[in-house]
Amino acid sequence: MNPVATPFFFYLLSATMIIGGILVITRKNAVHSAMALITALLAQAGIYLMLYAPFVAGVQIILYAGGIMVLFLFVIMLISIERTVKERQFNKQWLVGIAAAAALGGLFIAVYTKGKSLFPEGRVTYGEGQNVQDVAALLYDQHQGTYMFSFEIASLLLLVAIIGAVVMAKKRI
Amino acid sequence: MESMLHISTLHYLVLGAALFLLGVIGVLTRRNVVIVLMSIELILNAVNLNLVALSRYWQGMPAYLGGGPGALHGQVFAIFVITDAAAEAAVGLGILIAFFRNKETVNIDEVNLLKW
Amino acid sequence: MRWLIDYIQGYLSSNQTPGAAGNWFWATVYVLLVFVGLSIAVIAMNWLERKILAHMQVRLGPMRVGPHGLLQPIADALKLLLKEDIMPAEADAVVFWIAPFIVVLAAFTVFVVVPFGPTHAITDMNIGILFMLGVSSLSVLGIVTAGWASNSHYPLIGALRSSAQMVSYEVAMGLAVVSVIVMTSLNAEGTGTLSMIGIVQAQQAQHTWFVFKFFPLGLVGFFIFAVAMVAETNRAPFDLPEAESELTAGFHTEYSGFRWSLFFLAEYSAMIAVSSIAVTLWLGGWLRPFPNALNGPTWDLVFSLFPGITFLFLGAMCFYNAARMPKHPLFKIQTIGLAGFGAVLALIGLVLFVPAARDRVGDIFWFAAKVAAFMYLYIWYRGTFPRYRFDQLMKVGWKILLPTGLVLLILTAGAGFLEDPVKEWLKHVL
Repeated sequence: MNPVATPFFFYLLSATMIIGGILVITRKNAVHSAMALITALLAQAGIYLMLYAPFVAGVQIILYAGGIMVLFLFVIMLISIERTVKERQFNKQWLVGIAAAAALGGLFIAVYTKGKSLFPEGRVTYGEGQNVQDVAALLYDQHQGTYMFSFEIASLLLLVAIIGAVVMAKKRI
Repeated sequence: MESMLHISTLHYLVLGAALFLLGVIGVLTRRNVVIVLMSIELILNAVNLNLVALSRYWQGMPAYLGGGPGALHGQVFAIFVITDAAAEAAVGLGILIAFFRNKETVNIDEVNLLKW
Repeated sequence: MRWLIDYIQGYLSSNQTPGAAGNWFWATVYVLLVFVGLSIAVIAMNWLERKILAHMQVRLGPMRVGPHGLLQPIADALKLLLKEDIMPAEADAVVFWIAPFIVVLAAFTVFVVVPFGPTHAITDMNIGILFMLGVSSLSVLGIVTAGWASNSHYPLIGALRSSAQMVSYEVAMGLAVVSVIVMTSLNAEGTGTLSMIGIVQAQQAQHTWFVFKFFPLGLVGFFIFAVAMVAETNRAPFDLPEAESELTAGFHTEYSGFRWSLFFLAEYSAMIAVSSIAVTLWLGGWLRPFPNALNGPTWDLVFSLFPGITFLFLGAMCFYNAARMPKHPLFKIQTIGLAGFGAVLALIGLVLFVPAARDRVGDIFWFAAKVAAFMYLYIWYRGTFPRYRFDQLMKVGWKILLPTGLVLLILTAGAGFLEDPVKEWLKHVL
C-alpha cells in the first residue's frame, strides 16, 4: 500500500487542526467552539490514519468526536444562557496567560531546534494490515500482552467516572 | 523546501506542540468554563499526537532496541489517554452542572466564594 | 482506444480494492458509482415506501403523477427544490446552515467501506466495522446542532430526544457487532478481523452465515442489531422525535425545501448503511445462498440466472399492469410510459443473461437483494407497529437490549471457546 500525496494531506489536515484550535479558543459562542473542536478532532483522526494508526483513528472518531463532543453539546445546551455571548470573554489576567504561553512556546522552539537531528530519516514503513491485531496482542495476548493490568484499571476508572458523574449531576443524592 | 516536502516525525511533533500551545492559551485566558474544558481536550489531543507519531517512529527502530512492526506502545497509550479524557470530561461536566445549579453563571472568575 | 480497453481490463482482473491498490482513478470512479447508486436507491425508496405502505393500508397510494405514481419522487424532488428557504429570525445562521451537511456527511462517508463484492469496495480498511459505527455516530452531532440552531422549543426537545435515543441504541449495536467479531476469530488462523471484506470471507470459510452460527446465538445477535438499527435511524416504531402528531416533525421542523431534503436523503442513506452492516455481518454479504454446499458449475449457473430472472419478472409485472390500465384516451400516455419502463427492465434482464455480464454482477445483485429485503422490513415495521413512547423506548434500549447483548457476548465467546473441545468429545462419543 503506497501513500499518495502525503505532504498535501499533512498540510491540509494540520491547517484544519490549527484553524480549528484557534477558533475554539476565540469564539464567543460555546456551540461554535464545540463545532470547531469537532472539526479539529476529525482532522486529528485523519492524521492518525496518515501515521498508520487506524485503530486509534477509529477510537478517536467514536469516542472523542462521537461521544465526548455530544456530551459537551448537551451540557452547553442545558446551561447556555443568552447573556454569556454578550459578556466579556477573556480573563483579567489574559496578558499574563499569553506571556506564560509565549514562554512555553519559546521553550518548545529551543528544544526542537536543538533536537532536530534526533530523528534521522530512512525509516522502514510497515503497512497497517495487521494494526488491530497488533494492538490487541499488546493488550490481551498471553505472552506479549504488557498492558492487561492497565486495561482493567482503565475500566475501573470508567466505572468510577460514571458513578461520579451521575452523583455530581443529581439534584438530590 | 525539500525538507518541507518530506513529512518526517519532527513535523508531527511540531504540530503537536502548536496544538498544545493553543490549548494552554485557551485554559489560561478564557472565562467560560466549557471552553476551558474544551481547551483541555485540545491539550490531551496534542499529547496523543505526539505519542502516536513517536510510536510510528519507534516501529522503524531495529527489534533489539524494542522496535519492529509490533511495537505499538504509543498507540496503546494513546487509547488509554482517550479513555481517560472521556472519563475526565464526564466528571468535569458533572461538576459544572452541579456548580451551575448553585450560582447561575459559567464564568470561572466568579467562583470566588473561598477568596479572602 | 486500445489503451483504454487494456486499462479497464487490467483493472477488472485485479484482486484488490482501489483503496488498497492506491489507485486514485478507480477509487474516484467507485465513489461516483456509489453516489449515483445511492441517489437512485433513495428515489426508489421514496416511491416504494409510499406504495407499499399504501397497499398495507388497503389503499392505492400515488397513482396520478406517472403510471402508478412512478414519477412521484421526481415531482417531490422538484417541489423541495423550488420551495422557499426560510430561516427562523433568531436562529444561529452558521450552525443552522451547517447542521444538515453534517448529517449528510456522516450518512454518506459510511459507504467508503461497504463491500459489494470481494474487491468491489472503495477501500477495505483494517478497521472497517469500527469506522462504520463511528462515522454513523457523527450524525448525532448534526441532529443536536440542528435542533439547537432552530431556536424553538419543539426542535430542541426533538433533537435532545433523538440524540439520547441514538446514543443509547449505539451501545446495543456495538455489543451485537462485537459478538460477530468474536465469531470471525473462529477460523483456521485463529485471528479475527474487523474489516468488512474479512468478515464476509470468514463466513465463507466457516461455511455458515453468522445468523445461523451457534444457533440461537447468531439469531439473537441479529435480532438485537435489527431492532437497534431501526432505533438508530429514527424510524418507526422508534420515530417519536420526528413524529408529526407528537412534536410537529421534531428537529427538522424549521427546515424547509432543500435543507429538509438533505435530512431526508441522510435518513434513507443511513437506513441503507446500517442495513448493509447487518447484511455483511450476519447474512453473508455478497455470498449467494449455499455457496459451499451447492457448488459446482450447474448450481453456479442456476444461481447466476437470478439477476436476469428478477429483472424479467419486474418487466413482466410492468407489462401486466400496463395491460390492465383503463382503455380511455386520457390514459394513453401512462400506458405507453409503463410499457416503455417495462421494456427497459426486460432489456436489462436480457442483458444480464449474457455470460460476460452474468458472472460479474452476481455479487452486487445478491448484496442489493438482501439490502432490499431489509428496506422492505423497514417499511413493514412502519406500517405495522405503533409508536413507542419515549420512556418505553429508553427502557427497551438500556434495560432489555443491553443486558441481552452482554449475555450474548459472553455466551458467544464461551461457545467459540468450547467449539473444538465439544466437537472432539462428540467424535469420541458417536
